[in-house]
Amino acid sequence: MAFESQDHAKAYWKENLSLMVKLLAVWFTVSFGFGIILVDWLNQFSFFGFKLGFWFAQQGAIYTFIVLIFVYIAQMNKLDKKYKVDEE
Amino acid sequence: MDIKTLTFIVVGATFALYIGIAIWARAGSTTDFYVAGGGVPPVANGMATAADWMSAASFISMAGLISMLGYDGSVYLMGWTGGYVLLALCLAPYLRKFGKFTVPDFIGDRYYSQTARTVAVICAILVSFTYIAGQMRGVGVVFSRFLEVDITTGVLIGMALVYFYTLLGGMKGITYTQVAQYCVLAFAYTVPAVFISMQMTGHFLPQTGFGATLADGSGMYMLERLDGLSQELGFAAYTEGTKSGIDVFAITMALMVGTAGLPHVIIRFFTVPKVSDARKSGGWALVFIAVVYTTAPAIASITKVNILNTLNGPEQQGVLYENAPSWVTNWERTGLIEWNDHNEDGRMFYSADERNEMRVDADIIVLASPEIANLPNWVIALVAAGGVAAALSTSAGLLLVISSSVSHDLMKRTLAPNITDRQELLYARIAAGVAVVIGAWFGINPPGFVAQVVAFAFGLAAASFFPAIIMGIFHKRMNSAGAIAGMVVGVVFTLSYIIYFRFINPAADTPENWLFGISPEGIGTVGMILNFIVALTVLKFTKDAPEEIQELVESIRYPKGAGEATHH
Repeated sequence: MAFESQDHAKAYWKENLSLMVKLLAVWFTVSFGFGIILVDWLNQFSFFGFKLGFWFAQQGAIYTFIVLIFVYIAQMNKLDKKYKVDEE
Repeated sequence: MDIKTLTFIVVGATFALYIGIAIWARAGSTTDFYVAGGGVPPVANGMATAADWMSAASFISMAGLISMLGYDGSVYLMGWTGGYVLLALCLAPYLRKFGKFTVPDFIGDRYYSQTARTVAVICAILVSFTYIAGQMRGVGVVFSRFLEVDITTGVLIGMALVYFYTLLGGMKGITYTQVAQYCVLAFAYTVPAVFISMQMTGHFLPQTGFGATLADGSGMYMLERLDGLSQELGFAAYTEGTKSGIDVFAITMALMVGTAGLPHVIIRFFTVPKVSDARKSGGWALVFIAVVYTTAPAIASITKVNILNTLNGPEQQGVLYENAPSWVTNWERTGLIEWNDHNEDGRMFYSADERNEMRVDADIIVLASPEIANLPNWVIALVAAGGVAAALSTSAGLLLVISSSVSHDLMKRTLAPNITDRQELLYARIAAGVAVVIGAWFGINPPGFVAQVVAFAFGLAAASFFPAIIMGIFHKRMNSAGAIAGMVVGVVFTLSYIIYFRFINPAADTPENWLFGISPEGIGTVGMILNFIVALTVLKFTKDAPEEIQELVESIRYPKGAGEATHH
């Protein structure tokens, strides 16, 4: 057991899952939400010459995905250190 | 210098570069290429992953399809990038901690079952075969244009080259060769895009260029002009699309989940030294992929305007065939553009209604885009080199997966454990040979555009591997019976649906006949859901996974103590 206690192991996994769920919620919202389900409604707004829904589907979602992964990396590194299960 | 000579020079020079780097990297280190990742920083590994990942489908076919589909083409953009979020958050770090090299290895060990391993191997082979079928078409398109032969000959030449390239073997595994391939590919993709964006709207960045106002002084937004033109000609408005919402949803989901389940992509995350590096590699891979993927919709829309203007003329009255631009006649030779002068006025006309006289294959659009925009010959040659790099690197990688799955995982570890190393090698060569021939057959008789065929491979991966791996990590008690039943049901369902609509009864391949209105491209999503349901139901009626497996699953959930990956 790499954790100090069983409670630590449970708490670590819980925090990990909650971070994951939050980020996946954003992932779902920008792609399936803005890019597909709400696309027609968002298309009434203009964004740098693009219809907004169209922009999310062909540009915005991709930029958001990148940000999500780097947020995850930073947060997980912090979490690993907090529970002393990092690799250093 | 003419285009043909230039193409030979540029393609030849890039090949020399790859081989040179391979030799240099090999001399520098004799370690097995599996652990070569040990000294590679995550940024380089991300770049190599991007090169591995972006195939003929991404490079040659995707922008063309978007050009034809407009908004509906977004499924490929979101699907093939969003999958990296799933991969980085839900799979890569845990699989890295688990420390095995292949997906069948993970499934075999996690589900403590030889049967589970065999099912996974068969799924891996199925996915790779489907994937390679798409690649061969892409290779064929490149060669047919630049050697000025018809598409069948192009596919056969490509087939021979891919087989030869694969026999060179190790070259593929060397990360720095792939870094070079990425650079060639990304450069070749973005340079023409910058040119056409400057021409069309005066924007240096294609990403903002295709949303800007036209450079002709009309003050009109380019996409607005394109919507208008499309509708006049009977196409759907470019920014609206025609697919149903549920189908767009299902295809996007199948591509995302499939990305996260593709054996040859997952393998890349096993080779980094640390769990934190596995997370980082996923992020960097997506950055490099995004360079191409955010450029693609710009190429798609700008080239669509250019095509409509050069075929139909600025007044949309049709252009006299004898005044046809050279790209039209060049591509006619490959059989991928056809002109039938129905009304015998000697003019070409391209539309979606009864006035139409042209057939333009979507797979030529990226390769033809610099010609259509009258860019210098060296740009055209560069795009050809990029296309060849993309198609060859991915095909060779897939052939390696197929041959090692057949010879090692299937023959040596399951069916015939007593074969010698020489026999194993023989099986590997035969498997690669068979794969390349089947691939070529599909390349000549394609069941869809390159990107569509490749989408089938993702559907199969989504319906088979993804649920098994996710439950393997997040559901400790999931047992072998559940996982096996889920994979079998998922993959059989998805494959049957695709085969029925694409091969047995293609006439019925219309939205009215589809299950819930979901096309064969998106059916992997339903297959995935079935997989989850079947696995969870079977688990209810069978014993939980044994205690030691549950402890194993606990131990992959935190990074500490991740050693080097081990081979069996």
